[in-house]
Amino acid sequence: MLEALQFEFMQNALMAGLLASLICGIMGTLVVVNRIVFLSGGIAHASYGGIGLAFFFGWPYLFGTIGFALLMAFFMAAITLKAKHRSDTIIGVLWAVGMALGIILIDLTPGYNVDLMSYLFGSILTVPDSDIWLMLAVGAIIICVVSYFYNDYLALSYDEEFAQIRGIHVKSLYFLLIALLAVSVVMIIRVVGLILVIALLTIPPYIVEKYSKSLIKMMIFSSVMSAIFTFTGMWFSFIFNLTSGASIILVAAFGFLISIAIERIIPKISKRTVKMVEK
Amino acid sequence: MSLSIIEIRDLNFSYNRQPVLLDVNLDIKAGDFMAMIGPNGGGKTTLLKLMLGLLSADRGRIRVLGKPPNDVSHRIGYVPQDVHINKDFPVSVLDVVLMGKLKPGRGWSGHSRKDRIAALQALGKVEMTDFHNRRIGELSGGQIQRVFVARALVTEPELLFLDEPTASIDTKGQREFYTLLKELNQTITIIVVSHDLMVVSGYVKSVACVNQRLHYHGQAELTGEMIEFMYHCTAEEACPVELIAHGLPHRVLHTHRDD
Repeated sequence: MLEALQFEFMQNALMAGLLASLICGIMGTLVVVNRIVFLSGGIAHASYGGIGLAFFFGWPYLFGTIGFALLMAFFMAAITLKAKHRSDTIIGVLWAVGMALGIILIDLTPGYNVDLMSYLFGSILTVPDSDIWLMLAVGAIIICVVSYFYNDYLALSYDEEFAQIRGIHVKSLYFLLIALLAVSVVMIIRVVGLILVIALLTIPPYIVEKYSKSLIKMMIFSSVMSAIFTFTGMWFSFIFNLTSGASIILVAAFGFLISIAIERIIPKISKRTVKMVEK
Repeated sequence: MSLSIIEIRDLNFSYNRQPVLLDVNLDIKAGDFMAMIGPNGGGKTTLLKLMLGLLSADRGRIRVLGKPPNDVSHRIGYVPQDVHINKDFPVSVLDVVLMGKLKPGRGWSGHSRKDRIAALQALGKVEMTDFHNRRIGELSGGQIQRVFVARALVTEPELLFLDEPTASIDTKGQREFYTLLKELNQTITIIVVSHDLMVVSGYVKSVACVNQRLHYHGQAELTGEMIEFMYHCTAEEACPVELIAHGLPHRVLHTHRDD
């Protein structure tokens, strides 16, 4: 594996994995604590419509995908605020419609196009330099925004009513968060695929949540954990010649199972130790 | 005559086309310590939220500190009823209290040393200083309730709204709690939503009975009539022991008709 590091594509893959982990660690934490996982899934799937639109109308790729993703994201976010009780139904509908729209538009576009498989599982081994720079920029923007508004997002996530009473503009911050999420999701799907983006957004923060004493620690630990899963998964896929995206997911899922097992076993071990000492 | 710190005129609010509050009128003077009692679903929490600007009325006018609620909500300390929100949230007790120090437009600055000291002092008032570094989820319901009170106090409010603040606290704890409120009342106007008739009798200065409509009583003594109106039961049906409150002077509620 070490020899492979000489190759640029491998260096790019590792860099992309690192940046994806950083972005997912921060955004994933906010997604999990605000309980908007389903919304994130909706944005990710619906954004395929943007790819279809870009190909069909000949728009620049990023303009089409990010633009459409933002549109879908804002619409879904507005629904969660205005009609909360129907929001997951509507997200489900947009999820499917966006995806179907993208597929049909690509069917109708003449010539060879990006196929669905690489959208689903990404192509981490064929990441161009331009994508790396873009992810770096997105990561930098996210770090700046989340740092600047850290205490506001903390309050908004924990107790939205109290934050509102304090004068925090909760609606604007919520839409800003959704916008950052939409952009992150589009960038990361390019690299690691649709299936992986949700796993990377949710599994590491979920594992790390109960051990974190602060939101920022949760973000840092999630990023580190994502990176560990990503590099381990890539290593397995290299050694055993497997799809890299799927390998990363399986490593993450395995990590998830181990964390659940540790949760169950540790209280039992301490109980048994106490009993033995009492004897 | 002192100005009203809260002024409500012809307030109407409905939820899903069901009326929750009808033609509510209220005048609260600075320094009042008012209990809001009434049955579940009667509109008590809704009225608090309207005064905080969290909800908008269908009709009518609310003025708090002479202004619309949204302009002055940061001058009100709010202790919500639900202590079980987000129990697994990665946040320490101190960080929850520090949320009271937030204001819009803070920018890059985190919480200053002054903020942290103020937060620890607020925790001291509710005897929770030792817990400042614990995760919020490790605390019991009653302890979280106290942390929420500290969070409201750290905002240095002119008004304090508490929604069922002693729901998770035992009787001794309740007495201590209301003694603290009485002390705070020297500088802060307080409104407490409560199901607890003991509270009403022993500590507060006035009572508002809320059941879609609002009736304000300047004196803290509950009459049998009030209870019948509010709870749709006669004074005889409600247990007499529950209605006798302890406090100086001893307040005894309306005697039973057949005595």
